[in-house]
Amino acid sequence: MNNIFADIQLATPEIFVFSMACVILLVDRFTHERMPKASFLLTQLTLLVGLYLVYTTVPEGGAVRAFNDMFVLDGMATLTKLAVLFLTFIVLIYSYSYITERKMYRGEYFVLILNAVLGMMVMISASHFLTIYIGLELLSLSLYTLVAMNRHSGLATEAAMKYFVLGALASGMLLYGMSMIYGATGSLDIESIRDAIQGMESDDAMLILGLVFIVVGLGFKLGVVPFHMWIPAIYQGAPTSVVLFIGTAPKVAAFALIMRLLVEGFQGLAVSWSDMLVIIAILSMATGNLLAIVQTNLKRMLAFSTISHMGYFLLGILSANPNGYSASLFYILVYSFTSLAAFGLIIMMSRAGFEAEEISDYKGLNKRHPWFAFLVALVMFSMAGIPPTVGFFAKLSVIQALIDVEMYWLAVVAVLFAVIGAYYYLRIVKTVYFDKPETNEPIEAKSGMQFVLSLNVIALILIMPWIGIIMDACINAISTMG
Amino acid sequence: MIALSDYLILGAILFAISVAGIYLNRKNVIILLMSIELMLLAVNLNFIAFSHYLNDLAGQVFVFFILTVAAAESAIGLAIIIVLFRRRHTINIEDLDTLKG
Repeated sequence: MNNIFADIQLATPEIFVFSMACVILLVDRFTHERMPKASFLLTQLTLLVGLYLVYTTVPEGGAVRAFNDMFVLDGMATLTKLAVLFLTFIVLIYSYSYITERKMYRGEYFVLILNAVLGMMVMISASHFLTIYIGLELLSLSLYTLVAMNRHSGLATEAAMKYFVLGALASGMLLYGMSMIYGATGSLDIESIRDAIQGMESDDAMLILGLVFIVVGLGFKLGVVPFHMWIPAIYQGAPTSVVLFIGTAPKVAAFALIMRLLVEGFQGLAVSWSDMLVIIAILSMATGNLLAIVQTNLKRMLAFSTISHMGYFLLGILSANPNGYSASLFYILVYSFTSLAAFGLIIMMSRAGFEAEEISDYKGLNKRHPWFAFLVALVMFSMAGIPPTVGFFAKLSVIQALIDVEMYWLAVVAVLFAVIGAYYYLRIVKTVYFDKPETNEPIEAKSGMQFVLSLNVIALILIMPWIGIIMDACINAISTMG
Repeated sequence: MIALSDYLILGAILFAISVAGIYLNRKNVIILLMSIELMLLAVNLNFIAFSHYLNDLAGQVFVFFILTVAAAESAIGLAIIIVLFRRRHTINIEDLDTLKG
């Protein structure tokens, strides 16, 4: 209460993104005929200014709380917010031509994206169940609508329906868990919950019940086995530009959500949730990698690969120490940039009336466009975790985190499934380089997007000398949490 | 005097009915929406019961937020159902199987 202006200052990026979303909604009404590009440019400007604002509102040392402890700003929040804004910026560059060609270009598209970004930012900075819930719902509701945006596609609508029902179920589970925790600890504030749990027995039935429901809810939102049913349906059915968004920025936000709930809130129950995550992680790595092998649709294959990547990502979290958390943060950042490149390539190959989502569409790509073929191969190497790509370092760091806590058997299982996973990634490389092309149509690509995409893919290798800096940034981010 | 556990049991039963409604229902998408609403109401009941017995207002404030979000959620759900009906001319769940998985 005492200093409302200081509080508002900490939340400037969020307030700015929200105001701009409203402005764009209004401006688009007047410009969508004469200057259709205006809302796109305004959105990009918003994201850039948002990046700047997040960068300048870094608190000095440690975590700062605001709005009666509902909002927290720490190193982890800053880093993940920067990642979310930057990923969304690139996502919009990639999707611009896709949505104009398919008549999905409307002001609402950008307003919904900005609202989703706002939801993620709120969720990242949340330190109260209420803020977590509001942020999560703002994100989810925007995403349901984005998936259904292409009203002329029966597939997209069906995907939206499935996403909606399972997403709502997940929120319900999460809320039920929250209500149990509230009953057990008498508080909704994450810090007080942590303190309350410290003074309780760790096998308190109500506490564990709440924890189970929260883990189930998080599992749904993250899309890990056995709560993964919606992932392949959404990835296949939704427009590629929306999948590009769903598959990147929200994953980073999901990391923040897990950190806030499990690590900050339920530190005292780490033994319990780490055991649950072990089972989820193994199942995800197994199901994701094995089912991806039989897919013929590239988007579906990437969906199963996402499931397995989420399993790897959980390996760092379940080791329940700061090293593991920063390894997971590094993994999720690397993963989102790799999948950004992967879906960017699908968008680049597609044009109106041709989605380029079957694996057979990529046959003999090397003969049709050697540069794209090279990019596809690089992305697949990074997904599979083959050195010298950055994907290798990401897998290395989470497995290292497992070895640090002496979970050798789990590390062996993880490596084993990584080898199985390499099969289907390399199959794409084989299709691209060694199969005969089915058509000889030249591929027309928009030069601007091609440039950004090439940079994106090349960065997956050339980032190597700076990997140490990024890892330090992750470690730093985790150590300033509190 | 009604005990806290009575409220919790009622909440748990409502919650179980709604989850069963989502998983067992094979006919109508509208029933899915009803189940989702019921689920959120079960949570609300929990929050209010705890809030009363803990003498803490925060839980009741949370319920207001859940109610508001639930309204927004069903608005979006109904909108998706309308789009779905225009495309497929059915809201039968068994017909929604183009995307297996």
